[in-house]
Amino acid sequence: MGAGLYFFLSKALKTVQFAGLADVSISEDIPVEGEITVPVGSHSPEDDFSTLDEPVKDTIMRDLKAVGKKFVHVMYPKKSSALLRDWDLWGPLVLCVSLALMLQGGAADSKDDGGPQFAEVFVIIWFGAVVITLNSKLLGGTISFFQSLCVLGYCVLPLTVAMLVCRLVLLAGAGTVSFIIRLIVVVAMFAWSTLASTAFLADSQPPNRKALVVYPIFLFYFVISWMILTFTPQ
Amino acid sequence: MAAADDLKFQANPGATTISIDEPVQIPKNQRSRLQEPGREEDDELLGTDDSDKTELLAGQKKSAPFWTFDYYQTFFDVDTYQVLDRIKGSVFPVPGKNFVRLYIRSNPDLYGPFWICATLVFTIAVSGNLSNFFIHLGKPTYHYVPEFRKVSIAATTIYAYAWLVPLALWGFLMWRNSKVMNIVSYSFLEIVCVYGYSLFVYIPTAMLWIIPERVVRWVLMMFSLCLSGSVLVMTFWPAVRDDNRRIALATVGTIILLHALLSVGCLAYFFDAPEVDFPAPIIPAHNGTTVITKSVNKVTMPVSPSVQ
Repeated sequence: MGAGLYFFLSKALKTVQFAGLADVSISEDIPVEGEITVPVGSHSPEDDFSTLDEPVKDTIMRDLKAVGKKFVHVMYPKKSSALLRDWDLWGPLVLCVSLALMLQGGAADSKDDGGPQFAEVFVIIWFGAVVITLNSKLLGGTISFFQSLCVLGYCVLPLTVAMLVCRLVLLAGAGTVSFIIRLIVVVAMFAWSTLASTAFLADSQPPNRKALVVYPIFLFYFVISWMILTFTPQ
Repeated sequence: MAAADDLKFQANPGATTISIDEPVQIPKNQRSRLQEPGREEDDELLGTDDSDKTELLAGQKKSAPFWTFDYYQTFFDVDTYQVLDRIKGSVFPVPGKNFVRLYIRSNPDLYGPFWICATLVFTIAVSGNLSNFFIHLGKPTYHYVPEFRKVSIAATTIYAYAWLVPLALWGFLMWRNSKVMNIVSYSFLEIVCVYGYSLFVYIPTAMLWIIPERVVRWVLMMFSLCLSGSVLVMTFWPAVRDDNRRIALATVGTIILLHALLSVGCLAYFFDAPEVDFPAPIIPAHNGTTVITKSVNKVTMPVSPSVQ
């Protein structure tokens, strides 16, 4: 079948070549059928290399470097799309767990109305991020679900740093001076978090609804900042 | 005139062209009649002139099936200025204007109710914590606790109020509608919207409740109750007015009573009473409850342990 097609085509081509272009007329009863196979060369480069053969250290270091690069992007928020393009949830998980651990002040044993439990912090951060993402998508945002979760989770980094600073300050004392230092640090980090996440997320929203999307983010980081500021060790 | 003819839509050469000019003029005539002096304010409350149009529009909007994402997107079809307008309308209720007809106009949204309730939950919890901190500040036996358990209690209370009470009210109004033909009927989402936006005035009220003066707190509560209650009353009075007089009054009375219960309950539970005189030392009981023993004119509120 392929040979027959080839024969037909070669005859037609020869007719075209020798008869001149003015005389080209292709009769309608040439059957056009058969399979057209494109010869596949084996020279095309392998696009995705197999990651099964590399040492484990390389795999882990690659992911760690990606997470670290995103941390840097959060601390110096410029309009880069690295956070949005290749999202991952490792960073948010690490930040959330460390924040929840640091908020444990040893009040787990007492029956007083203490600070938030580990599960409460976890639920607030993840459930809050999911609700804010759903809110922005329902208002017509074009960002994807996990990208938004990624951004909101990574922007908890300044507040985690604030929590670390607060715990260190509380080691030195718990008076008014330490409270003022903690207040300034937490307020500054809260502003940083909100501005960083707004810088990443605001572009994907319709322009007349930006404030509707930014306000829940403000509330989310305000609640986390409140939990950090009111932390008192037992 | 050739330009006007070109602009008219022609489905096919044989069909008659439909001019869209005439139907628009009818509501305009009705509106000009409404603005005559001496007209009852009821029709402004009811908004019967454009209720047909708005019912049609409401039917056309939500056409996506309920298991798709687009269905829920129709409930968030508001812009920033619309949300701000609705909040303004709930804080400054114009006497005689129905909140639903004036602001909602068959575009009920879920953004306002949800986020106003969330803000109110955290405002009440944070303000209560702050006010307790300032009240007990100088005492040597006081140890500050963040009282995080109260956030979940506040959330449960406020979200239950903002969603279950409208559900019950809607069911009740539907039931009465089947018995007495009412001119005005509201959909469930419109009732949720009214309740959600009417709770907005409690947010600045809760922030001002930090002031540890009993008189100030009760004055604030009365003021905010009047504002948000009037929004609710002006919305629901036209819906029950045609009914039996006693049932109408009982319905409106129940609405106000539940609203008052919410605010009084929040004030009593989240905000400790400011003390007028020096209290006796706090005696901790063996299971963690603390009872302030001696007081002249304050409510003794036992601080109960958290319910696990």
